[in-house]
Amino acid sequence: MTSAGEAAELTRRPFTGRRLRFGDVSLQAVAGAAAAVATVLVGLIAWKVTAGAWPAIRRYGISFVWTNSWNPLPGHELYGAASFLFGTAVTSLGALLLAAPLAIGIAIYLTEIAPRLLRGPVTALVETLAAVPSVVIGLWGILVLGPVLRSDIEPSLHRALGFVPLFGPPSTTGSSIFTAIVVLTMMILPIVSSITRELFLGVPQDQKEGALALGSTHWEMVRGVMFPYARGGIAAALILGLGRALGEAIAVTQVIGGIAGGTGIHWNLFATSDTLASKIASSYQGATTNLQLASLVYLGLILLVFSLLINFFAQRIVRRGARRQGVGANRGALG
Amino acid sequence: MSITIEPTVKVEPRRKELPPRERLERIFHVEDLDALYSGKPAVKSVTMEIYRNLVTAIIGPSGCGKSTFIRCLNRMNDLVAGFSMTGTIRYHGQDICGADIDPVAVRRHIGMVFQRPNPFPKSIYDNVAWGLRVLGMKDSLDDRVERALMQAALWDEVKDRLKASALSLSGGQQQRLCIARAIAVEPDVVLMDEPASALDPIATSAIEQLMNDLKREYTFVIVTHNMQQAARVADMTAFFSISRGNEGQRFGQLVEYDATRKIFTAPSDSRTEDYVTGRFG
Amino acid sequence: MSAHGITRADLQAVNLPRRRLVNRLMQALATLAAAIAVAALVLIVWSVAKRGASALNLDLLTRDPAPFSFTPVKQGLENAFVGSLVLVGLATAMALPVGLLVAVYLTEYARPAIRSSVSLVLDVLNGVPAIVIGIFVYGLLVLGHGQSGWAGAFALACLMLPLVTRSTMEVLVLVPSSLREASLGLGIPRWRTTLSIVLPQTIGGVVTGTVLAVARIAGETAPLLFTSSIVGSQTSWSPTHALQSVPVAIFELSEQADPGSHARAWAAAFVLLLFILFTSLAGRWVATRNRRRLSTSR
Repeated sequence: MTSAGEAAELTRRPFTGRRLRFGDVSLQAVAGAAAAVATVLVGLIAWKVTAGAWPAIRRYGISFVWTNSWNPLPGHELYGAASFLFGTAVTSLGALLLAAPLAIGIAIYLTEIAPRLLRGPVTALVETLAAVPSVVIGLWGILVLGPVLRSDIEPSLHRALGFVPLFGPPSTTGSSIFTAIVVLTMMILPIVSSITRELFLGVPQDQKEGALALGSTHWEMVRGVMFPYARGGIAAALILGLGRALGEAIAVTQVIGGIAGGTGIHWNLFATSDTLASKIASSYQGATTNLQLASLVYLGLILLVFSLLINFFAQRIVRRGARRQGVGANRGALG
Repeated sequence: MSITIEPTVKVEPRRKELPPRERLERIFHVEDLDALYSGKPAVKSVTMEIYRNLVTAIIGPSGCGKSTFIRCLNRMNDLVAGFSMTGTIRYHGQDICGADIDPVAVRRHIGMVFQRPNPFPKSIYDNVAWGLRVLGMKDSLDDRVERALMQAALWDEVKDRLKASALSLSGGQQQRLCIARAIAVEPDVVLMDEPASALDPIATSAIEQLMNDLKREYTFVIVTHNMQQAARVADMTAFFSISRGNEGQRFGQLVEYDATRKIFTAPSDSRTEDYVTGRFG
Repeated sequence: MSAHGITRADLQAVNLPRRRLVNRLMQALATLAAAIAVAALVLIVWSVAKRGASALNLDLLTRDPAPFSFTPVKQGLENAFVGSLVLVGLATAMALPVGLLVAVYLTEYARPAIRSSVSLVLDVLNGVPAIVIGIFVYGLLVLGHGQSGWAGAFALACLMLPLVTRSTMEVLVLVPSSLREASLGLGIPRWRTTLSIVLPQTIGGVVTGTVLAVARIAGETAPLLFTSSIVGSQTSWSPTHALQSVPVAIFELSEQADPGSHARAWAAAFVLLLFILFTSLAGRWVATRNRRRLSTSR
């Protein structure tokens, strides 16, 4: 197997004294151009999105982020991202909260508990969940999940726990923050569980045997040896899942219903709402003025910034975890 | 057929003679043990007894099933897919392979130190303390940790940096830490699977010295491919060799088991003699 | 010392009840989690299959959508299926060559510093949400010119590029350096070596990577909302104006209130899901087979 570096070394040094072949120069130039295109593309994305949002940026500045309003009435136009930031935060964090224990549980099941014959098929099934397109999950969410939640689950939860503002009166359509959280959980579950599963598979066998030989139960071994080993990677997996949830526009648009009255920050999980992504997706076609369009793009810019930050943090954690696992650092922090 | 030979391996002359067999307390009684991986035998028909407060060495060429045998004693082979066994292993008279026996409880009393040091990626203190906490021996934790590290002859070297990562220790120190970890939970028997094979000679002799000092409290069973080591540390030695079956399979069998002095100076079986004089293996 | 007097009870399962209970409980919870995940998948696939299959008929693929009428009228989504075909095909045609070239550049030519920066850039591109890509292409190609199939295909190509590049790089590094050395040693120029010796070894992996990327973008809706969604109901093969696509059609139909629209949405979702599941599984199966073949032949 060649490392990418070796391959480059092999082919980069020109033979001294020879004329450079036309073919060599062209291939390298064309390939280099392609790489440049990819790089330029990313810069272009950042530029175009900022440019598209510019009228709104110029008008509102950074206060757009905490303004809680979306009023398209001519003469009274005022736009702000606050409600949608809130909706994004609640749905993404809610999905993460549900998905994290489920994904870790699935990973433990697939690496430690499942009978060997079942491991392959069940792993394939869980990863197939990732292949289902979001629009299909959204369709299922509107027409199957939503009605069930509306008629059975949400009313029972409201009756039982209605004193907590989280569990207020259910919406009439079955679309709600809660439905969106369930749908998002299903979408990020495969990513988080497959990364966690790989991490658990990488725990050295002798570590596990060392713990079991002391007379610990299987769970005590998992908790004492496997979790600490995989901790950094699980954090990265969760962050990646969060990024996926943040950016999901379609399925969320289908099941979240849109905020009654345009904007509003409220705590009722069973009411309808909007996220940054769903607001963009649902309002884009009906955008009437330039300012409204620019404000929608501004929402997209905020979304882009968050996604980039999240990717950056996930990479940082992965790199920091790799450093710790490597040559023994002089810290007992994992105790 | 007893042959007296020129010993190629020097048995420690100051070693105390063993008391007669009847006066030794029996800890393990293995009877007709067959161990198989996915139906293929690794060892067959092993019958032997292991005695309290002695160091018992298992020697033999590669592939004779020494590790397989020792891992049966604390049910560690349960972790290997496709493993099966027949026969009985009586520990203090109880068959530890019975259906109602919990391997977790067995391992509480029969500890193990592995070939390559495998300390947890935790601090030195926490490596020793983890087992104690899990098993509910949390009273006077500091004292227990200190005692275990002292018994493993590691205390002086690490007492000022108990919170440092265990991975910052040298190989020999890490292995002594693993020994401390194993004896901290007060086992009855300590199994050692080639504990010094990954270590340099100085670290090796430190571990051999440890076994000698600690056998007053614990019973050691050690697998080693190093005959000289067996001669140095072991009171009893068991020699396993590779046999061939009718269908051509290879598996290990116990050939001879006796006091170390006898094995190395006057073995009864010619296969043993061939091995200890270096004619093969 | 716990040495003497170890009784049978010490070794039996009845001892240490609390720790065993916790162990069993955690085992049950983990199994439950896996069951929930499998159940979720089965539920969705079952719903789509049941409702989709019952609404599936040849009209779906051969007729165009009809305006709303009170009497049921034969209609279908031919424009969406044809449109998806064109869009995905064009996107692949755009992304595949560029992805191949970028992968070749990164593995064969680039200095380590450049390789890590461009890889970083590709990771960033991979992390941009699909809807932001939609906004980007909207600003780049749609504003002032109107929507078009080209714009939609370009948006999908942006999503495909990091996937194709990464999977091609993975197979390129698997080609043994001895192969390159043998070719260069014969005096064959670098460019010929790369194109005629190295790349052909990677065809299996490239095909798999492309198939998996196609499965990914076949179901993408968000980028197309901005670039290729305002469409007529006539089937068209020309990308100069906006083309309907299956995911966008499902999205629009799902927002309607009438059961006829829902039925068509289920049917289209059924076909889409079948396509995606089939290509994903086939792609992954071929990938494992290729990986096994490559690793044993070395």
